[in-house]
Amino acid sequence: MVKEKTKEKFYFNIFRICMLFTIFILGFILLYVIINGYKVINFRFLTTMWNHQDITQGGIFPAIFGSILLGIGISIISIPIGICTAIYISEYAKENYFTNMVKISIRNLAGVPSVVYGLFGLAFFVFLLNLGTSLIAASLTLGCMTLPWIITSSEESIKSVPNSFREASIALGATKWQTIKKVVVPSSLGGMLTGSILGISRAVGETAPIIMVGATFYISYLPTSPTDKFMALPYHLFILATQHSSPDAKAYALGTALVLISLTFIMNLGIFIIRYKLRKKKEW
Amino acid sequence: MMFLVKGLKINKEKIIINIFLIVSVTTILILLGIFLFLFFTGIKTFNEISFKEIFFGTDWNPTAYGEPSWGILSLLVGTLIVTLGALIFAIPLGIASSIYLAEIASPKTREFLKPTIEMIAGIPSVVLGLIGIFFLSPLIAGLFGLSNGLNGLIASFIVGIMILPTIISVSEDVLISLPKEFNEASLALGATKWQTIKMTLIPAALSGIGGAIMLGLGRAVGETMAVLMVAGNSRGMPTSILDPVRPITANIAIEIKEVVSGSLHYEALFLLGLILFVITFCVNVISEIIINKQTKKYKW
Repeated sequence: MVKEKTKEKFYFNIFRICMLFTIFILGFILLYVIINGYKVINFRFLTTMWNHQDITQGGIFPAIFGSILLGIGISIISIPIGICTAIYISEYAKENYFTNMVKISIRNLAGVPSVVYGLFGLAFFVFLLNLGTSLIAASLTLGCMTLPWIITSSEESIKSVPNSFREASIALGATKWQTIKKVVVPSSLGGMLTGSILGISRAVGETAPIIMVGATFYISYLPTSPTDKFMALPYHLFILATQHSSPDAKAYALGTALVLISLTFIMNLGIFIIRYKLRKKKEW
Repeated sequence: MMFLVKGLKINKEKIIINIFLIVSVTTILILLGIFLFLFFTGIKTFNEISFKEIFFGTDWNPTAYGEPSWGILSLLVGTLIVTLGALIFAIPLGIASSIYLAEIASPKTREFLKPTIEMIAGIPSVVLGLIGIFFLSPLIAGLFGLSNGLNGLIASFIVGIMILPTIISVSEDVLISLPKEFNEASLALGATKWQTIKMTLIPAALSGIGGAIMLGLGRAVGETMAVLMVAGNSRGMPTSILDPVRPITANIAIEIKEVVSGSLHYEALFLLGLILFVITFCVNVISEIIINKQTKKYKW
């Protein structure tokens, strides 16, 4: 028995070390980016236009601006479709062939590699719909990619609304749509929003598809229409890290990475606040 | 009057259901669209190049003057090396972490660790690529005395990190969803916690953990950016894990910008996309079947 106990301790410590190593990797990545990137970040770096000749003289404002616009574009396309689909699947859909097809499609879309979405976006949005390499083509492509993530998390959030809520509403004489509009959606909105923001923050960090359908390393103006090309943070740091000859490129790539991670972090902070506020309200 | 209002309501209800239904079709259309575009563009490649040359040729050089070559074998081997390498790194670490998370950690620790692991999934792959280029590559180059540290080994490691959260969270779900009775019965028989984990829980969860690994594999095959940055991108046939490799995903991302729409090269890249799509599709379907079986097995 004593021997078994020591054995147990030994193995548990191995598991603990593995877990710690996983956490260590995350911590290391974040620290590496912060320590090497913070030096280049200052007001000018964040707010001025990119200077192609001397990278130390310019800022990454157009890339930040482009990534934010892209995030908004993706939201406009994927959130309404995603939430409607989630409501349909969890509230209306009956167990039949069509519903199964929708569910299978969602799960398989989530597994399609991002570079394949890029090919699809290039063939369909850029060439067939003739949108060109543009902000709108990139938003549509990444919107398709984000859709399954948003649907899955919204579905879960809708499912967590207790059935007694629906029954009470129906018993009061409300129709199904009234129940959804006034009971189900308000009670699950927080979960749906947090899931959506999480998906969009991941999509904004995605690089492979936007290389194909719209991002460019250098433009001298800010995009003003959906058909303009745009600069984006992940593509910017990719070029700085791999194809730029300036000796300062490394520091600037890591600085850009820090800005990108911070942007994601700010979005996640928003999620945290929404969750916290809603948890207080929830009483089931 | 009452009747009229009621009639209107039912009508409205029907319209709304139909709107939701139509919107839901979008997902099917996107999946179908992706497949059809890849299929009908990619398949045209075979009009000019034989099946044999593509799948058994080892030399991929579509832009060569004179005689371009279209063998994808070295690209496939590149994908294989990176994927297997990533799994070798991520499976032990991921499963050990998930066991810790599900069975050993206190609820409080778990509440802290779960979002932390989700954060790894939130790191953009370009940022991991940066770490590979600036930190790991010089390290590996020094360690093995290589002139260029960008190779299959680093790509495997970076992709391994990327698939860790998938493997950890899916295996943890599987372990958590096992009936409590398993745990209790084993402990009541006098087994230690470790004996319970080893002899009861792991065997019961084995197929579900297999599904988690398959899901990780699917993600590893499709990973593009980090691989593009750290794998070295040489088109030659790799002979060891320390050789630079060019997986399918990286090849598409590198070349698609420079091809003319509708050219043979463009079609060939779509064929590569189709191969990628089919591989990940099969892997995902298999993992889904495995995980579904697992969750149904212990439901009573």
